Amino acid sequence: MSEPLLAVRQVDKRFGGTHASRTVSFDLYPGEVLALAGDNGAGKSTLIKMISGVYTPDSGDVFYQGKNITGRNPQDVRDLGIETIYQDLALADNLDVGVNLFLGREKMKKVLGFLPVLDRKLMREEAKKALKNLGIIVNDLDIPVRYLSGGQRQAIAISRAVYWNAKVLIMDEPTAALGVPEQREVKELIHRLKAQGVGIIFISHNLVDIFDVSDRILVLERGRVAGERLISETNDDEVVKLMMGAA
Amino acid sequence: MAVNAPQATRSNEILKFLTKAWSWLFLILVLLFFELWSRFDGNTRVNTFIFNIASVQSVLLYATQYLMMALGLTIVIISAGIDLSVGFTSGLASVTAAVIIKNLTGTLPDYLSFGLAVIGGILMAMLFGYFNGLMVAKLKVPSFIGTLGTSGVARGVAFLIAGGSTVAIKNTVAREFGNGDLLGLPIPVVIAAMLTLVFHYLLSSTKFGLYVYAMGGNFNSAVRAGVNTTRLTISLYVLSAFTAAIFGLFYMGRFSGGKPDAGDPVLLNAVAAVFIGGASLTGGSGTVMGTVIGALILAIIQFGLVFIQLPPFWQFIAVGLVIILAVLIDQFRDRLIRGGGSGEGR
Repeated sequence: MSEPLLAVRQVDKRFGGTHASRTVSFDLYPGEVLALAGDNGAGKSTLIKMISGVYTPDSGDVFYQGKNITGRNPQDVRDLGIETIYQDLALADNLDVGVNLFLGREKMKKVLGFLPVLDRKLMREEAKKALKNLGIIVNDLDIPVRYLSGGQRQAIAISRAVYWNAKVLIMDEPTAALGVPEQREVKELIHRLKAQGVGIIFISHNLVDIFDVSDRILVLERGRVAGERLISETNDDEVVKLMMGAA
Repeated sequence: MAVNAPQATRSNEILKFLTKAWSWLFLILVLLFFELWSRFDGNTRVNTFIFNIASVQSVLLYATQYLMMALGLTIVIISAGIDLSVGFTSGLASVTAAVIIKNLTGTLPDYLSFGLAVIGGILMAMLFGYFNGLMVAKLKVPSFIGTLGTSGVARGVAFLIAGGSTVAIKNTVAREFGNGDLLGLPIPVVIAAMLTLVFHYLLSSTKFGLYVYAMGGNFNSAVRAGVNTTRLTISLYVLSAFTAAIFGLFYMGRFSGGKPDAGDPVLLNAVAAVFIGGASLTGGSGTVMGTVIGALILAIIQFGLVFIQLPPFWQFIAVGLVIILAVLIDQFRDRLIRGGGSGEGR
């Protein structure tokens, strides 16, 4: 295989008496979906927060495209191309799709030659293109995103990340709040992102989803790596046993 | 991933339009009501409400009062906060300015002492606004309670500075500022109109405005966009205190004196103007132009009742009912759009 996009090496983190992450290492390659599984408290959140810059590991390093990015702040990490999509999606529900895609990096234009104003039309058009690239069709681009379906909102959060050149997507339970048809839509979207070479870390409690979309699975148990398997070479039983620390 | 937008029927579209434009329609209705009353009643001195310059001027002056206090409040409410201290920060500004003028009369020319008073009054109010912002942004005090506390402090300080009552001044520039005309319009109305345009621009067309809406819609969306939410929040409360201070200065000019509780009776109407204008208590919605309409509706009701010689106490009833109506329409509008189709909401 090619160079890993993301290489996590021996990261360790304690919170008081809790050893939340015990020398965890793994790689993520371009166009690969890596599932992160584990029971509540297994250390999934701590691990992704050490990648996204929310926490700094006590020891160990995170490399992105060969560069050590340990200890960078979340804004930096996202600018580099690692985006985390949390369950609340961080969308401004009262604003339209275009503005949501560009929030923080707005497009401006000049009126009367001197007065800078937001270029909402341009942002809407760009949003339409970005969504189309991912095969997403949203008819009403000028209504607040709270009126869109859960699947569409998820898609908007994802295309926002990809539009700004995210190479690594960390998705925290992306299908948890969705109905069945929408879960399928999000999974299709993940397949398309894969085809575009994006590396995806997929956190889920749902083994069916994990087996549907992932290439590899990393099972955590009480902060340590309980096992790492290719999806094609494992099954539900083995994964559950790993999660329970029984394998 | 093709998901179709709600297929809206025609009647649904009309309803949506009505809920969106109701405040405009309501404005016209209220105007019509007073116009017809004054034509057919015969008790009023002039038999037209709309077509006489005196009532237009009076309505604009009333509206200006509400609007000055409501402009800053609008952005605070859009950001999902509220500022209940503007009633007394405005009074405090009027008193501070009046005391400055009083002490400088005789030593400095009128325009200079007035200029210093304006600066002093505004700074005093902004100090309280800054404190509000710090409390809400840094100490995470709910704005409803926090600004209620500040309101009490401002009230006490204002009465202390004023020595317990009104501070009368003699200053020609201040009197002109509150009572003079510019291009046929009262000076406060002209200044309010200019500030309104500036606030409209800020909210509708700049990054600053966009971040206010984002913060009100979902705080995390602003954080994610890299917005310094602490600084932004503080600036909103400072702006709110600023417009409240302008109200206090208008008052001081108009009545040649500062009064600690000058703004207190206006607070409810200012809050009402913002909600009639389409803002929601949960934040994320509202516009400056909506607030202008709200202020105009309230001003017309207020002056109209005097004009047709009904007991003025009717205005409290009318304003109260309009506030409730505004909230009901806000809820109905949301259900209408949601009910239309696939949106399953949050």
